[in-house]
Amino acid sequence: MSVPSHDARRPAGDSRRPPLDDDELPEDDGDFLVRPYAVTRGRTEPRYQLEIEAMVVAAHYDARDLSLLSPECQAILQFCRDWQSVAEISAVLQMPLGVARILIADMTAEGLVRIHQLNHAQGGPDVELLERVLSGLRRL
Amino acid sequence: MAADSAVTSVKVVVAGGFGVGKTTFVGSVSEITPLTTEAVMTPASDGLDDLSHTPDKTMTTVAMDFGRVTLDAGLILYLFGTPGQHRFWFMWDDLIHGAIGAVVLVDTRRLADSFPAVDFFESAGLPFIVAVNGFHGDFPHGIADAREALSVSPQVPVIQCDARQRSSTTYALTALVEHALAIKLRSRLTRIRQLSVRRQGSAAPGRSRGSGG
Repeated sequence: MSVPSHDARRPAGDSRRPPLDDDELPEDDGDFLVRPYAVTRGRTEPRYQLEIEAMVVAAHYDARDLSLLSPECQAILQFCRDWQSVAEISAVLQMPLGVARILIADMTAEGLVRIHQLNHAQGGPDVELLERVLSGLRRL
Repeated sequence: MAADSAVTSVKVVVAGGFGVGKTTFVGSVSEITPLTTEAVMTPASDGLDDLSHTPDKTMTTVAMDFGRVTLDAGLILYLFGTPGQHRFWFMWDDLIHGAIGAVVLVDTRRLADSFPAVDFFESAGLPFIVAVNGFHGDFPHGIADAREALSVSPQVPVIQCDARQRSSTTYALTALVEHALAIKLRSRLTRIRQLSVRRQGSAAPGRSRGSGG
């Protein structure tokens, strides 16, 4: 059983993006943005930080009346019958990464999906995991 | 993979200048056709804890290619190609968080394209290797030239690579993970030495600087 990695969350204000110089600000026509975030009811920060590679799987799949869920959440549940990463959910279901993160965090809180991600407080995978990755690569 | 047992995922970042072969690298080892995820970015988001001052958000989208490699029944490696354009660098922090490390792909005819990536990973403290990508087995400049031009530290592995060959990209990934592992082990050793020095109250710690990878 995986436990949702609540310990891996970061506070919403903990934005690790560095400030940008003005000349680096992307030009943008600014009107396509409204639609993606409409499905998150305007929120742009997830309840907790999901890594792009965090794994997601549907929980209690048959036990709920799914028709009440938004089409996006239904699609995520359908897609995550087996473990999928946040990146794959975003790519295959064609929703921006930020939107996928918010929806998945919400669905985790509601018990619709389970997530599994490493706690990176120590900075990257530990020695044991790296050794496992190495032996996996050597078998390829 | 059974949905009952948890699957662990790790990631590696593939960086380099535009057109250097990042997507080719990802595609040659990935078990899926590389996918593209689109991130809507908010570059104006604050770096402060004060949530009441959310600035007007200028947003843009950045496409990232990625692939996946199943390493064992419960372990998946994701490979993310960084968006090449400098203006999208703000999202690298998100991408490298928790990553094993990075492969900096280098085209020796355009070495300067790789400087920013090398600088970024050095300052971020992320383990990285330099992979000189030679198409058609052609390496106009040697490894030593590339190392000198990029002025990477002697510990950073610089290898040759053909991004189209699965065996070659697997070798590059192996070199990276070995390098990351060596760094972890060195820092663990340093901590143990510092502890023992503190206990003894004398004897300076010996140096242990092996070459990684």
